[in-house]
Amino acid sequence: MGLSKDQIAQRIAQELRDGWYVNLGIGIPTLVANHIPEGINIEFQSENGILGMGPFPVEGEEDADLINAGKQTITAMPGASFFSSATSFAMIRGQHVQLTVLGAMEVSDGGDIANWKIPGKMVKGMGGAMDLVASAENIIVAMQHTNRRGESKLLSACSLPLTGVACVKKVVTDLAVLEIDPDRGFVLLERAPGVSVEEIQEKTAGRLVVEGDVPEMML
Amino acid sequence: MSQTNYISKVVSDAHAALDGLEDNMTVMFGGFGLCGIPENSIAAIRDKGTTGITCISNNAGVDDFGLGLLLQTRQIKKMIASYVGENDEFERQMLSGELKVDLVPQGTLAERCRAAGAGIPAFFTPAGYGTEVAEGKEVRVFNGKPHILEHAFDAPFAFVKAWKGDKAGNLIFKGTARNFNPMMAMAGKITVAEVEELVEVGELDPNDIHVPGIFVQRIFQGTDYEKRIEQRTVRAKS
Repeated sequence: MGLSKDQIAQRIAQELRDGWYVNLGIGIPTLVANHIPEGINIEFQSENGILGMGPFPVEGEEDADLINAGKQTITAMPGASFFSSATSFAMIRGQHVQLTVLGAMEVSDGGDIANWKIPGKMVKGMGGAMDLVASAENIIVAMQHTNRRGESKLLSACSLPLTGVACVKKVVTDLAVLEIDPDRGFVLLERAPGVSVEEIQEKTAGRLVVEGDVPEMML
Repeated sequence: MSQTNYISKVVSDAHAALDGLEDNMTVMFGGFGLCGIPENSIAAIRDKGTTGITCISNNAGVDDFGLGLLLQTRQIKKMIASYVGENDEFERQMLSGELKVDLVPQGTLAERCRAAGAGIPAFFTPAGYGTEVAEGKEVRVFNGKPHILEHAFDAPFAFVKAWKGDKAGNLIFKGTARNFNPMMAMAGKITVAEVEELVEVGELDPNDIHVPGIFVQRIFQGTDYEKRIEQRTVRAKS
């Protein structure tokens, strides 16, 4: 049994550091906001133009002029600010945002990521993903270790059209925490509780580095 | 002759604001999703029947609102956007080849608008390097990192929407409805601003202006704003 989506988010939240500005993508990354560790002050950026994004509004307080990049109604925290899309991506390209968490369809052992297009299917667009992955200093991918057909999403090379090259630093899946060393591949840092190194080896198609005893995650 | 000491940008309504808009033009539309879109101008363009429009807009609206209205009537020839996923008619026209689509990374889209208004013909960005977005584009390495050359847009018309504006064309936005509107206002040769509240000059504090009136050629008081919410998401009362 691997981690639930919420537990993946919980593990990623342990990576947050005091004073960071953080951009969360759609899906599992959004759940990270529910697990901010005690004593850590961070602000969430949404690329449509807000810093200091708060939780969803209570019913009756939705504001059409206040949404996140997923077009969901949100609230603004005390100390929040609004700005244009150009300023927003200046924050991202200019590396003023310390952490980006996003989902992926595939990640390669060199840190390439594919998460925007499946050939033959309706293409919706990359949104801000290419800008985010090309610029962020610290990118964590949150995803399932395998796809619905049971095939590994951690590959030696992505088969789908790329979103960015050599950019992902860390991957947290339902089975493991892995750091990407472009020279060596996926370095296994932690296992999900009850998941064996063998299972992770079996479900990782890209180069996997296992060093010594790999500890279980602390959740 | 009386002197006002400001340059009035006021036009009577959305229809008057479209003077000079012709078929086959490239037109910018502010907004992110349905947030901060120029509702009145879109409706007026639909009524005017302008066709062959190349739209520069982050999104393409939904089936029955926003730019979806101009897709229904097949007034749009090409869409330049970063994300277009919320619209069945869009998908149908794209798959049938009736509609051309050029997908651009969102930050690059914003900067190509900003550059157009700021007199920067092109710029280098890391976004899209190594992907199909970079195909055919010049690559240069700065500080050890590869970047691709992107060009400023060229748009004869831009339609933006603000919360408040004055007769001199100064604009103030509310919340995340600002998004692409300021850069598109800068980029348009003719920028039409529609506002929820049009006030006399002097009523807005100059310290609060988001877009100075120099970037706005026409302004009008909008009416009947629907301000539809695309994803109404709420939490339980604690």
